[in-house]
Amino acid sequence: MSATWQHRLAERGVDRRLWLLLPATIFVLLLFVYPFLYGLSLSFQPTDGGGVLANYSKFFSDAYQRDTIATTLKIALPAALLNVLAAVPIAFRLRGRFRGKRLLTTILVVPITLGTVLTAQGLLNYLGPTGWLNRLLLSLHIVDDPIRLTNNYWGVFFSLVITGFPFAFLLVLSYLSGIDPTLERAAATLGASRAQRFRRITLPLLAPGLATTFLLTFVLAFSVFPSAVLVGNPAGSTRVISLAAYQAAYEQYDYSYASAIAMVMGAVELVVVAIVLVWRSRLYTGSTGGKG
Amino acid sequence: MRQIRATPLGWVIWAVVVFFFVNLAGVVLSVLVSSFGTKWFDTWFPSGFTTQWYGDAWREFTLFHVIVVTLLVSALVVVLSVLVGAPAAYVLARKNFPGKRLVYLTFLLPILMPPITYGIPLATVLYKFGFAGHLSGVVLANLVPSVPFVILTMTPFIEQVDPRIEDAARMLGAGTRAVFLKILAPLLVPGLLASAILVLVRTVGMFELTFLTAGPDSQTLVVALYYSMSAAGIRAQQSVDAMAVIYTGMMLVLLVVALRFVNPTQLVARVKEEPSE
Repeated sequence: MSATWQHRLAERGVDRRLWLLLPATIFVLLLFVYPFLYGLSLSFQPTDGGGVLANYSKFFSDAYQRDTIATTLKIALPAALLNVLAAVPIAFRLRGRFRGKRLLTTILVVPITLGTVLTAQGLLNYLGPTGWLNRLLLSLHIVDDPIRLTNNYWGVFFSLVITGFPFAFLLVLSYLSGIDPTLERAAATLGASRAQRFRRITLPLLAPGLATTFLLTFVLAFSVFPSAVLVGNPAGSTRVISLAAYQAAYEQYDYSYASAIAMVMGAVELVVVAIVLVWRSRLYTGSTGGKG
Repeated sequence: MRQIRATPLGWVIWAVVVFFFVNLAGVVLSVLVSSFGTKWFDTWFPSGFTTQWYGDAWREFTLFHVIVVTLLVSALVVVLSVLVGAPAAYVLARKNFPGKRLVYLTFLLPILMPPITYGIPLATVLYKFGFAGHLSGVVLANLVPSVPFVILTMTPFIEQVDPRIEDAARMLGAGTRAVFLKILAPLLVPGLLASAILVLVRTVGMFELTFLTAGPDSQTLVVALYYSMSAAGIRAQQSVDAMAVIYTGMMLVLLVVALRFVNPTQLVARVKEEPSE
């Protein structure tokens, strides 16, 4: 009896080799799923009493806290969009092989590995009131007073472009190289102009990849934290939601409230992800590369 | 080899790329120049050059200890995530079983979520069990995105190994252990190296999770750098810059090593090598 059971399970792919999955599964359950559920249940047990939803109503009734959602989206969405849109024409130009391509991609990887903390320090020096950029603009008499580019919205925005653009570019480039070049050549043979080939052949094939790139860039920008504190204005225009969660946990030691904010943050992010994924699922995802 | 044609649009695109690189160089160089400068106040360049800030930073921020912690955390995360992730990648690459999509999605989620969202509940749990504030907590937290990353990086490498090689070894009497150690492991060395080096780069650069779980003795370099920056005014700006340069140097060394084993796009996502024409 047991032999047939094992046989039938094995036919469906369940055999002893599945044990290899066990360590990773236990690990994900213990360190990701359990903390997540723990945080979720903690968020429904407010420290100060009140109903089950007290933390959430506290968050949404306080404009100072509620506005962090809009602030985060106002920084993350334009930054992610700009990074992806700027990456497309540049990657389109630079696909294929040419001298110095590896050098170019290598230089582009540098800001990604440097991370936001170092970028913030560099931006403070470079864009600050006495930094090189302002000195140049002043000495060329383009501006009369130093322009303020740090400790406000733009500082954070630039930091997201510096780390996010190379990321988007490298992804778009790899998706573009996955598209079969013979398709475009066939279209050219049939008389399609360059613009037509891009709009009718390349762009539809690239669109799912662009959606994926946008998502990954958005996730990076959405969790912006160090640069919002260091080059932004953490008390005002760049008080992002991750900062609100951090302050609740490590300045007020209210882990229950902090978990609630983290849950709101995850929910907002997942809504954007879901919208993009629904849009993406309506695009063509055939067998010829370019898809995410 | 293809020539880039010089159309008007082409020039605009090159101008944008050059503009980006010039500003990027400005950002990086301003930190470098400042770290070697004596006094830099409202001039193009510092009035003199010195290396004293490096000594100051080394002493004030106890950088030796911080670097040892950074290397220790990274090494532990790399070894553990490969040990846990590689077998799972093998199963996911080779087998179909009920619930595979669910398992795959669960492994993918930690990469798709911003670290702060799961980092705060995770840190709360780690504090509850007494891990956070110590090295063990930092390692555990950093494993959360690293294990899925190893799984994602390893899967295509395992798919490339012909399953008939394994079958042949089994026919000749090799047990599961022997198949893994003598057949698969040597064939997967490039994949193991690639995923290890990618996890290493990401762990050294990981700010959020380390920041949320580290205590005073378990800070990695990037977190120590953040603290020294946000406490600006207490110490000379230049010694913070010097620390930033040390961090950059460390990342660049890692990057040069990494690029010997992986291609640049793999550093950002799982992407296959582009087909040669």
